[in-house]
This record gives sequence, structure tokens and C-alpha cells, in this order.
Amino acid sequence: MRPVGSLSPGFRGRARTLTDRLPPGQYPTESFPVLSAGPTPHVATDGWTFTVTTETGDSRTWTWQQMMDLPQEDIVQDIHCVTRWSKFDTHWRGVSLDVFLEDVETAATYVKATSYGGYTTNLPLADLRGGKAWIVHGYDGFALSPEHGGPARLLVPHLYLWKSAKWVSGLRLTREDEPGFWESVGYHNYGDPWREQRNWGD
Amino acid sequence: MRLSWRTARLVERRAQTATARTLVLTVPDWPGHLAGQHVDVRLTADDGYQAVRSYSLAAPPDADRIELGVQTVESGEVSPYLADELPVGADVEVRGPLGNWFVWRPEETRPALLVAGGSGVVPLAAMIRAHGRAGTAGPLTLLYSARTPDDVWYRDDLDGGGERLDVRYVYTRRAPLGSVRPPGRVARADLDQAVARLVKDSPVFVCGPTAFVETVSDALVDLGCSPDAIRTERFG
Repeated sequence: MRPVGSLSPGFRGRARTLTDRLPPGQYPTESFPVLSAGPTPHVATDGWTFTVTTETGDSRTWTWQQMMDLPQEDIVQDIHCVTRWSKFDTHWRGVSLDVFLEDVETAATYVKATSYGGYTTNLPLADLRGGKAWIVHGYDGFALSPEHGGPARLLVPHLYLWKSAKWVSGLRLTREDEPGFWESVGYHNYGDPWREQRNWGD
Repeated sequence: MRLSWRTARLVERRAQTATARTLVLTVPDWPGHLAGQHVDVRLTADDGYQAVRSYSLAAPPDADRIELGVQTVESGEVSPYLADELPVGADVEVRGPLGNWFVWRPEETRPALLVAGGSGVVPLAAMIRAHGRAGTAGPLTLLYSARTPDDVWYRDDLDGGGERLDVRYVYTRRAPLGSVRPPGRVARADLDQAVARLVKDSPVFVCGPTAFVETVSDALVDLGCSPDAIRTERFG
């Protein structure tokens, strides 16, 4: 280890609080920055659908109204973006993925989430079960805005936020793990903020 | 391969505007990078506390020298220190290069459009400088939105870019005396002229504050640019 004091002389930084809630290398923010690779797709709710497709090709589709008729949850979670900001106690409204996956018969262990606009991201199926992931359509008491993924996005708060696909259109259940968009251009395949899995090799 | 933290020494600091700085750092064994990429910069306080922020690389690699653009964020934890306090000759740590999506490659022969809002010009400046070195690349257009003429970074590079670089300034608060265009935010008419120089699937790079990027990229899609050809980077 290099001796403390030899780097960035005179740097003091902010008050040392909140460290137990802050994953390594993150800083807390009150704002809600946006990370997107391209233009924001504008998707109307009357044409919106969400489709779960299994590895055998069986699929089930929900319309907006059918999704809204499912049991709704109010969710309070900390979120962590790979660009190093974290935001505490964010308020969302939506439907647990357990509800969508309840009757799905599958031997798949991976999921490719797909989005309007072409975005994709991959996750282990187990990370979407057990009350850890949702389809959300409300943020802070209002309809989720397009730049933050509206009309509906995935929310998987225990992973870096790029896994919480904006403008989500479906889940494709797969036997093989297939890298998604950011995972193909350098981001970590799994993305656990507490293990600081930002990039390939982390 | 895991990206490791490297020691980087500040060797030069230049003012770009009243609140913006160019920092030139030397990083032994720097692996090189592509125009548009960024690095993480890590600062360490005497008690071991660390803070990390991302900064765009403002120029193509020059052996072990890298150039960053830093805009001071008022009451920010890191940027005021980097902009005005870190002594020349002192060390910080950097990790990178990062970001393999918002990149322009010298083998690109199609005309390209770059749209900058404020300090969003930094990664686009790296593209312009890489383009200047690559004799065969297609022409570039930069549409650069700044508050006033005093807020323009890299003025000499931009105005001396030669025939293959077309730079249009859009001033939002105060334009120079004699300007035909009144001050105001980037409008469709500004983008229309720029888009006219593109070909099918020409790459478009938009970087700036979130609201700026949203407005510009929506307008570009309306003007017929393919959403797949538009790459964005947002901050704030």
C-alpha cells in the first residue's frame, strides 16, 4: 500500500456518513441522473405490452390494463448506478416479477430482458424471483417519465441500475447466458454494486 | 482483464473558461484509448477516505499523456479540488479507459454530426482532434451550444480545424455583436442545417445535460435520423 497522504494532497472530501448504505466507490445524490445509450423511445401505454417467453417458445403477454389489474406494490429501495451515483429511499409503484413468473413453466436459468428501442440486458432468473425485482410504472407518486424508462421499466435494485431495463417490453428465458447491450461493450456480466462489479474482469 | 488503478501525475493545468480547466496528466504505461472514452479519477484524503468521479478524455492518446476536461460544479466534492487545488506535480489515481459505446473511430468514412451542450463538448473535442489526425475520415460537423462566447472551450482547435470540420455555435444567453442568430436554445432550424450534411446511417454523437440531450435527440429522430445511429451521453 502507498502511504496515505502521498495522493491528492489537500483533498478533504465530504462528511463521512451513510457509509453502511453506500456500496464501494459510490457517492450519494439527491438528483436523478440519466444513463441511456441513445434517444429516449416514446411508448404509449395503449400500445404497450409485456411478454414473457420461455426457452420452448411458450409465451404470455400482458397489456397495460392487464398489468395494472395485477396486485400493485409500493416499493422503497436504494438504487446504484455504475456511473457512481447512489440514491437512497427511492419510491416506486409496480408489480412484482414473482406475479408474472408464477405460472411460467421453465427449466431456464437465465433471462434476457428486452426493451422498446432495442435495449437488452441479461440476468440470472433467480435474481428476478423472491421479491427482489419488479415492473414499475410509477416514480415518486407520478407516472414514470420516458427518460427514466417510462411507461414501465424493470427494477432490480440489488444490481447496478443498467440491469433495470428501461422501456421494458419482455423477458426471454434462456438456458444459456447471453450478454446484453452494455454487457457486450465492457460492463460486468452480473453487476453487483457491493462487489463493485462494474467492468469486465471486476 | 481487470482494470487497475494507476498513479497519474498532474503536469499541466490550463483555463478553458472562468470555471473550466484542462488537466494534463502523465500515466506510466497508459494503454491508449478511443476518442469519446472517459476515466474514473480517485482522490484520497489523509484519513484514507476516497472519492471517485468520471471525467471525459479531451484528446486522443499522446504516449503516456492524457488530457481531461473538468467543469467546476458549485459545492461539488471533487471538481473544485481538481479544477483549482490539486498542485501541479501531485498524484491522483485513474482507472480506464472506460466506455466502449460513445466512441468515434478514425476508420469512419461517413460524415458525422457532433452536438455538444456546455461541457458536453469534452469527449467530442477528443473526436475532433482524432479526426484531425486521421486524413481519410469523413467530414465532421459540430453544433456547439454554449451560454455566451466566454463559455466556449477549445476555441483555437475548433476554429482552426480546416475544411473537413464545420463548427456552428449556438449561444443560449448572449451572442457576439453582429450575430444573425439571436440567443436561444438549440432549435430545429439549427439541427436541420446540420442533418442536411449527413448520409444514411451517419453516426451522430450528442453529449450534454440530460434535458439538452433529450431535446436534441428527439428532434434528430423527428428530422429523420435513425435512432440506432444516435449515441448519447448525459450528465447532471
